[in-house]
Amino acid sequence: MSDGTTTDEALNPAASAAPAYGRSLALLALAIVLIALPFTVQAIGQPALVPLATRVLIYAIAAASLNLALGFGGMVSFGHAAFFGIGGYVVGILYRTMTDDGLFLGFIPGTDQLLITLPAALLVGGLFACIIGALSLRTSGVQFIMITLAFAQMLFFLFVSLKAYGGDDGMTIRRRNALFSLNTRDDITFYFICLFVAALVFLVLWRIVGSRFGMVLAGIRQNERRMAAIGIAPYRYKLAAFVISGMGTGLAGALMANYLRFVSPDMLHWTKSGELMIMVILGGVGTLLGPLLGAAALVVLETVLTGWTEHWQLVLGPILLLVVLFTQGGLNGLLGRLGLGRSAP
Amino acid sequence: MTAPLLSVRGLRKRFGGLVATDGVNLDVRDGEIHALIGPNGAGKTTLITQLFGELTHDEGAILLEGEEIGGLTTVQRVRRGLGRTFQINQLLPDFTMLDNVALAVQAQEGHSFRFFANARRDESLRTRARQHLATAGLSHRAEVKVADLSHGEQKQLEFAIALACEPRLLLLDEPMAGLGHAESEQMVAMLSALKGRVTMLLVEHDMDAVFALADRISVLVYGRVIATGTAEEIRDNPEVRTAYLGEGDA
Repeated sequence: MSDGTTTDEALNPAASAAPAYGRSLALLALAIVLIALPFTVQAIGQPALVPLATRVLIYAIAAASLNLALGFGGMVSFGHAAFFGIGGYVVGILYRTMTDDGLFLGFIPGTDQLLITLPAALLVGGLFACIIGALSLRTSGVQFIMITLAFAQMLFFLFVSLKAYGGDDGMTIRRRNALFSLNTRDDITFYFICLFVAALVFLVLWRIVGSRFGMVLAGIRQNERRMAAIGIAPYRYKLAAFVISGMGTGLAGALMANYLRFVSPDMLHWTKSGELMIMVILGGVGTLLGPLLGAAALVVLETVLTGWTEHWQLVLGPILLLVVLFTQGGLNGLLGRLGLGRSAP
Repeated sequence: MTAPLLSVRGLRKRFGGLVATDGVNLDVRDGEIHALIGPNGAGKTTLITQLFGELTHDEGAILLEGEEIGGLTTVQRVRRGLGRTFQINQLLPDFTMLDNVALAVQAQEGHSFRFFANARRDESLRTRARQHLATAGLSHRAEVKVADLSHGEQKQLEFAIALACEPRLLLLDEPMAGLGHAESEQMVAMLSALKGRVTMLLVEHDMDAVFALADRISVLVYGRVIATGTAEEIRDNPEVRTAYLGEGDA
């Protein structure tokens, strides 16, 4: 036994240190690229790429949040557009309430302060995820997919019929939310706000995935029967993960509403849930940076392909198919095999 | 005589017309290894599954230290000190051996709503997990992913996980099934080393193992316990001979 443990200890650091080292190097490179990006694209005369990168970051937050439920927890939610849209509407409704000088629901004053609207979107997203999750998580498999889809569609039609907030047409937000004395209208400023939030979200998700909670969640994904046999009841852990996932997605929705200065039921449409899922699958299910890669790939593909044809999804479909069939673990897995850091377990 | 650790009274389970468990009475004394044998289809795994709460019985009582646990969920029974290994391995395939056991250790420390600290760097969990792996003779394979383990190693891991839950009563469902001769002997040695420390209800087809380990043996045939006794008593019991041993298994 004693020589067993010594070889163990001799092997482990060596085995895990090399990929960890490469991984932190890759992360550092990524951080530098993301920070330098707005200045670089301006220098090469392509300032329009800054809003594009902003969209990538916002979708990356949403996709990474979905991935906590879908990839790490094995809960295939087809209703995350609901939380995305709700986050957006939190910003929209608070702004409208402020300009109308009224009270939402008779007691909530409006605001255009980002430091209030973002946490509000986070909370409301989490609240809705708690309600939808508490009911949906009593099912699993295909029923779970269908019931989350049904809840999202209910909310979609609710907002379509809410004429006070624009109904089908959505509503415009005249100005982006204010943050200190920054000019949030400025593309580069807003990019950095989104980058900061995205970094925070990824940091939190990274900690969660490696924590005791994350281990339990991964265990539940792999074998619920085993988890029960060691004394862990899956339901409340799954619900907690679902709520965190909904919070992050709501946060992303709030940023998107600010970015577009517009919210509409489109944000809650089931195709938006599908897009978020595609980003996760494209990037790599159950990997930390996969959703960022997936979001980047989808947004860039959409932009490039719509330049060629309005039927861009006709081209996207086969590409998605190829990625799923041949990359095993999405783009993140592909990069890992090309030697750019190891994909997370 | 002290009260038995586990006492099963008149347990019955029907699947449609089939009576899988037909009024089982069974006592497992504190500290003993109690073997449960019987021909294929006698309902041994079905019984274990009911004791563990993964299947609910139709009638009867299950008492752990005199307290009825028949209405509790599996998770609640585990918290009361019940543990089991599975005949068909139930492991976490993406995790390493050490992760599998460390998670079981973690589960015994109450809730896992801790979101920040890295669980894989938590030495209190890892050290104890390593100890359990050592007990099961798996130290040298701690960092190997479960999907890459042999069947025998997975069986031993099942056992290490069950130990990590520190059960008062361990239900072992064919721990030797599918093991080679050497692996079987290793498992027997492991179980006998734990004898007295952990009470075990052992379902097993390997008669050499059963006779080597068991303090008492119960024979289950068609969902009924037809005899309980020491190895000698069971060997000499004519009813058991015709029903079971006579079929060429021994």
